[in-house]
Amino acid sequence: MSGNPDFTLTIDQNKYLPEGGQEVHAVVTVEAGGAPAGGATRSTAAAEVIIIDTSGSMDYPPAKMSSAIKAAQTAVDALRDGVHFAVVSGSARARMVYPAGEQLVAADAGTRREAKAALDQVRAAGGTAIGTWLRLADRLFAPHQDGIRHAILLTDGKNQHESPEQLDATLAACTGRFVCDCRGVGTDWDVAELRKVASALLGSVDIVAHPNDLVTDFQAMTEAAMGKAVADVVLRVWIPQTARLRFVKQVMPAVEDLTAKRVDAGPRAGDYPIGAWGEESRDYHLCVEVSPGNVGQELRAAWVKLVLPGSGGEEQVLATGNVLAEWTDDEAQSTRINPRVAHYTGQAELAVAIQEGLAARKDGDFDTATTRLGRAVALAHESGNDAIASLLGKVVDVEDPATGTVRLKKNVDKADEMSLDTRSSKTVRTRKEG
Amino acid sequence: MGAPKTRERTCPACDVPVYPGEDFCEACGHRLGATVAACTACGATAISADGYCDHCGLRQPAGGDHVEIDARAAAGVSDRGLRHSRNEDAMALTDAGEGVAAVVCDGVSSSSRPEDASRTAADTGAAALAELLAAGTAPKAATRTALTRAAEAVAALAGDDGPHAAAAEPPSCTYVSALTHDGSVTVGWVGDSRAYWLSAGGGARLTDDDSWAGEMVAAGVLSEAEAQAHPNAHVITAWLGADADEPDPHVTTFTPDGPGVVLVCSDGLWNYLPEPAELASAVPDAVSEPLTAARSLTRLALDAGGRDNITVVVIPFSSPVHPTLEQAE
Repeated sequence: MSGNPDFTLTIDQNKYLPEGGQEVHAVVTVEAGGAPAGGATRSTAAAEVIIIDTSGSMDYPPAKMSSAIKAAQTAVDALRDGVHFAVVSGSARARMVYPAGEQLVAADAGTRREAKAALDQVRAAGGTAIGTWLRLADRLFAPHQDGIRHAILLTDGKNQHESPEQLDATLAACTGRFVCDCRGVGTDWDVAELRKVASALLGSVDIVAHPNDLVTDFQAMTEAAMGKAVADVVLRVWIPQTARLRFVKQVMPAVEDLTAKRVDAGPRAGDYPIGAWGEESRDYHLCVEVSPGNVGQELRAAWVKLVLPGSGGEEQVLATGNVLAEWTDDEAQSTRINPRVAHYTGQAELAVAIQEGLAARKDGDFDTATTRLGRAVALAHESGNDAIASLLGKVVDVEDPATGTVRLKKNVDKADEMSLDTRSSKTVRTRKEG
Repeated sequence: MGAPKTRERTCPACDVPVYPGEDFCEACGHRLGATVAACTACGATAISADGYCDHCGLRQPAGGDHVEIDARAAAGVSDRGLRHSRNEDAMALTDAGEGVAAVVCDGVSSSSRPEDASRTAADTGAAALAELLAAGTAPKAATRTALTRAAEAVAALAGDDGPHAAAAEPPSCTYVSALTHDGSVTVGWVGDSRAYWLSAGGGARLTDDDSWAGEMVAAGVLSEAEAQAHPNAHVITAWLGADADEPDPHVTTFTPDGPGVVLVCSDGLWNYLPEPAELASAVPDAVSEPLTAARSLTRLALDAGGRDNITVVVIPFSSPVHPTLEQAE
């Protein structure tokens, strides 16, 4: 591969532990700089599959289907020349919209025109089986495993025409094969279900409550995908023999627990997939449990490497960093809490508090809902997460944001509740950072 | 994942592959070190180039953990102690004019890269003393100038740090120098590292600490013992570093009336043995065996707990008329 963007990896932590201390926390910031001279975004091979829901419900209201078609057409226009692409329509089974055969074609003025014309012929009918859509996308991407592989999936309903087990099996098969950003249009889809799909396929999930907003959203997603310069990056984490990796979480731009995605990578090391990268920066929170050492000893509690596995087995280490532990009897050192670790611990708790609060509200457990959503209000206020605070304000009446004193609103717009649920894991950086 | 392959070693300095049996890198000449170093904790033989065990993660002892200088005319020992992960003290010894100059510095643990601060200060101070004495500068003026140069060198270290350095304190350290000349010794200091005169008759402390405890004692508020027992005892009130005031070196000259040794040390020693008489009686043969004396004092501090880095320099001073230093090469 000719020239990757410049990657940097920075570790932020307080390495000092009290005597007997075992828990080491660190925030790992991974930053990819601009594409190298010559423009890797032009030379990197890329493949894009656009999947739109064409189940019968997309006609109620009809604006949904017509907006989805318009959005898909905008996405087609945003593809740069040479990107291999296809458009898929999804109902109880998946169909090729363009091209006719099961393959990707290179984007140019002609294929873009044909694809948009084919989209004009799409009609809504049938049920919803998201797994079958993903299986077709996987077959389409199969000959293109060397470059960026990105899908957009739009749905308006629950996955009714296949079992959750079938969907899980499909997700397991598709993991690592392509990245998929998921969007739910309207308010009849299931947030947890779509979050599971996006999470397994390292993509984002969001709500587009109003069909009219689909066009701008699809354009932004496609442009972001076109900006990716390198695919399939992994975070490799080595820990000492007697240590245990408690968790690896992405914490910026959104909370995403990666712990269960581990793939063994040699003695005491595991790989955590972090997907495709353009010019961007993301933060990860690591927690390692180590065997206690003597005061004065220093330990490498984790060795973090950013690795690009090559197709021919020749992998590249793009950047590395150390998470350290040092035992001290100086309490001033061991009790100092790293502000970024504290901040992201709060952001992760915020996401959980919202999801639990909304679930309790749905189950009619209003006491729990009030407590959890109140806690969420306090955390959002304290951390300066204004976007979440404003979404919370549509579900609860806030009496005192500092203490999290709230009352549940009687009438909540379904779209507001789903927006809060979907965006609960979106985080902000610490306020003090410039 | 590909099949595991034999780990290829590369030169830590230039990254070119190196092979078993080579002592130096073929490309850049970097010394490759022992091929089969074993971890001091778990015994594994795989140690990464950056000094951590590949098996248990423990950082391996570094080169500065125990250092000895034997210059015949004087000797020094610097040791990591038992409770710190690295040695942030530094010492330097040099011939200066007709005598000997010694500098001991103690890096401030809460600052960034304290070991760089102490190393830079000690080396700069000792080199300046040798140069100034050779140029005929008077001992007191040379001591003051050398300390000022060391302070400038330490202040210049700030700003070399990474993007997250802004929050950390700039590199800083204490400083004490001793210079023997014409039957006298001139000492200069900033901070709480000390110089003593030790003799059969007991001896004397030659420095007054720039510390909270030192100020309390000087002001008559607390007794020496009360002040040293206070939690603030080790808070220093003056140091070398970019965040320090313009250095205000204390300089004093002492003329012994008989044989003895000049002891220059960090608080890792004097925390346990603050009194000149205790120190003197611990090393009765220091005049003839300076290295043995420096080792013995270090051992005493380690046995007493070794809570801090320990640095001890011993300069014999046999008589004002025939200084031992003439035997130095």
